[in-house]
Amino acid sequence: MKIIKFFLISISILTKIYVSYYRIIQFLVLFNYIQQNKEVQMPHKMFYQIYAVFILVVMVAFSDVIAQDKISNYDLNSPYHKHIPMVDHSQFDVLKKKFKTPQEVTETCLSCHNKAHEGLMKTSHWLWTETNTQSKRGEHKYGKYDAVNNFCISIQGNWARCTSCHAGYGYENNEFDFTNKSNIDCLVCHDQSGTYKKFPTKAGYPVTEETVFPENNVTYLPPDYNKIAQSVGIPKRQNCGVCHYFGGGGNNVKHGDLEKALTKTTKKVDVHMGIDGANMRCAECHKTENHNITGKLYTVATDNEDRVSCTDCHESNIHKNPILNRHTETIACQTCHIPEYAKVNPTKMSWDWSKAGENRKPADIPKMHGEPTYNKKKGEFTFGVNVKPDYVFFNGTAEQVHFGDKIDPTKPVVMNTLNGSYLDGKSKIIPVKIFTGKQIYDTELNTFIAPKLFGKPGTGAYWSDFDWGKSATAGMKEAGLTYSGKYGFVSTVAYWRINHMVSPKEDALSCNECHVPEGGRLAKLQSEGLYIPGRDRNATLDSIGYFLLIATFIGVLGHGLLRIVFASKRK
Amino acid sequence: MKQKVLFYTRFERLWHWLQAFLILSLAVTGFEVHGIYSIFGFSTAVEYHNLLGLSLIGLYIFWVFWLIITGQWRQYVPGIKGVYEQAMYYISGIFKDAPHPTEKTPESKLNPMQRVAYFVLVAVLIPLQLILGALYLYYNEPDVLGIQLESLEPVAILHTFVAFLILTFVIGHIYLTTTGHTLTSYIKGMITGYEEVDHK
Repeated sequence: MKIIKFFLISISILTKIYVSYYRIIQFLVLFNYIQQNKEVQMPHKMFYQIYAVFILVVMVAFSDVIAQDKISNYDLNSPYHKHIPMVDHSQFDVLKKKFKTPQEVTETCLSCHNKAHEGLMKTSHWLWTETNTQSKRGEHKYGKYDAVNNFCISIQGNWARCTSCHAGYGYENNEFDFTNKSNIDCLVCHDQSGTYKKFPTKAGYPVTEETVFPENNVTYLPPDYNKIAQSVGIPKRQNCGVCHYFGGGGNNVKHGDLEKALTKTTKKVDVHMGIDGANMRCAECHKTENHNITGKLYTVATDNEDRVSCTDCHESNIHKNPILNRHTETIACQTCHIPEYAKVNPTKMSWDWSKAGENRKPADIPKMHGEPTYNKKKGEFTFGVNVKPDYVFFNGTAEQVHFGDKIDPTKPVVMNTLNGSYLDGKSKIIPVKIFTGKQIYDTELNTFIAPKLFGKPGTGAYWSDFDWGKSATAGMKEAGLTYSGKYGFVSTVAYWRINHMVSPKEDALSCNECHVPEGGRLAKLQSEGLYIPGRDRNATLDSIGYFLLIATFIGVLGHGLLRIVFASKRK
Repeated sequence: MKQKVLFYTRFERLWHWLQAFLILSLAVTGFEVHGIYSIFGFSTAVEYHNLLGLSLIGLYIFWVFWLIITGQWRQYVPGIKGVYEQAMYYISGIFKDAPHPTEKTPESKLNPMQRVAYFVLVAVLIPLQLILGALYLYYNEPDVLGIQLESLEPVAILHTFVAFLILTFVIGHIYLTTTGHTLTSYIKGMITGYEEVDHK
């Protein structure tokens, strides 16, 4: 069909040129440049009529292309999207009784949903670990539980602070009982009253009496369990957001494309989540079965399964322009359709722990996009807003550095290497946030250190004692890792995939964002065999080409001049 | 005695000017895609370039068909005979207003040097460029091509280089149109089909 259309178009163009040819002849005759002779005949009138009909046929043949308008297989009128709850939890008597502890609420939930815990207790939301596969390490267990990153570095030794985002109660050390279903926190995901809050430093528990969190002066109230339990429903964006917006200790610190603004946003910021757009819940893309939510993060999960993909709903050959469709072979949708991340609030771009512990005056701390660039507990930061992503080839598999792995401190340590190359046949160009850090490591063993950051004064916790030596000793002891006693700071790099904040199609990248000789978005992207038209060239062959052109031009110019000179001499 | 002789039939003239238009506009859009300048904008340039290129493939196939049917392919068979004389004419004779060493007849329109040059153009450079262009356009669609290309790089680099070669030919070609009886007699001939020749 495409070929037929192509032939129709080319014939129509050729015919147009044929007509133009006779028009030019007419003009030349008109201006007496050439004499009319029998050979130059104008086309028959019939010709023009046939041509007009032909153009009509071409237009009709193309009308179906113009009319095509379906962009997604996902039905925004489906009951799942509109979601009308089947039950009204406020009418259940079991939810009207007095609850003393959050566990009592969970037990009440499970008294009806008596198999709900089975699926949940197998997920990484509960276990904070799962099966990972990497080329050098093979299959192994890994997750938030034992991961090292370049934000707050490690959970080990900092449990009660980090596990405020655990979907459970009381995960405060390695002894946590993962088989006790009463410790599941149903409410954090299912609360629709908007009043349920886990306290930042109580290992996942909410407060039992009014408490102020000193770091941000926010007052936490004891939850009204009856109100909350009676409100429960399918998780909305804010439910996922209470943890996923605030990774790294503040709004949008980690991801750059996940932040509190997404709870109530416009399609300009995110075409799927915008209230004036599709207004979708997270789980509409992150499809969920038995509490197992699809979608993983390559900073902790390298197994290439349960991923979420644009093509779950969209066809990859969705574009009207076949050239754009051909791009999908080597370029992920996100690359063109997420021109910028951190579109509303800033995201942290770098974090230097080595500068922590100094008593700087607030006046001496410059702000970047409204965020202070220094914190005595944490060190120096930079921030970015409306950030253009970096781009890498990625084939779906990744490597990670774990605690105990030998690192090379002479150059920045890549925490998670995203595998991929142009020639491997599986990779696509994806947008990433590159987060750089500087963090503590063992200068003797060349391994990362898990410092104890959070804790009471005297425990070695850095945020109380401000002594890296004690912090390293205490943290490594709690984590059960070997530490030589000597520490230093090493530069690090982490890659964060940018998948959210998809823009409306009119804001997608245009060709010249990448297809330019210099300064394009892919200017830095190098991979063997990669050739981007407009960006790349073979300098030698181009130079030879230019030389040939110029030499020929000068040659014929000289030849012509000589002819003129000799001709005038003859006269 | 001068006489008007029909050298180029309507089809040949149409083919020639279509090809001229296609090659020149392919050069304009092609070098924009190559990032040398910006006239139409990258996406429009690519779109035009693809359409023009496919049109040239169509025209070329049609022309080859015509060559075979009419036997006109014999005009393009190159040989060594007369090349030296012709070269000497361009090097010295032309300045002295010496007569053309080769007689131009409808049966043998091309002089020995033209035969060689045009043979290289129409039998080597243009088909090579059209094949490279098709590979470039469909390089990641093995269904269309029938083969799986590993990388675009060699195709793209060669496609650009052949473009330079063809453009070099065009410059020489345009200049040599001024070497007829008058400066514009060759161009006029390619428009009307007729050229004046000395009847011997």
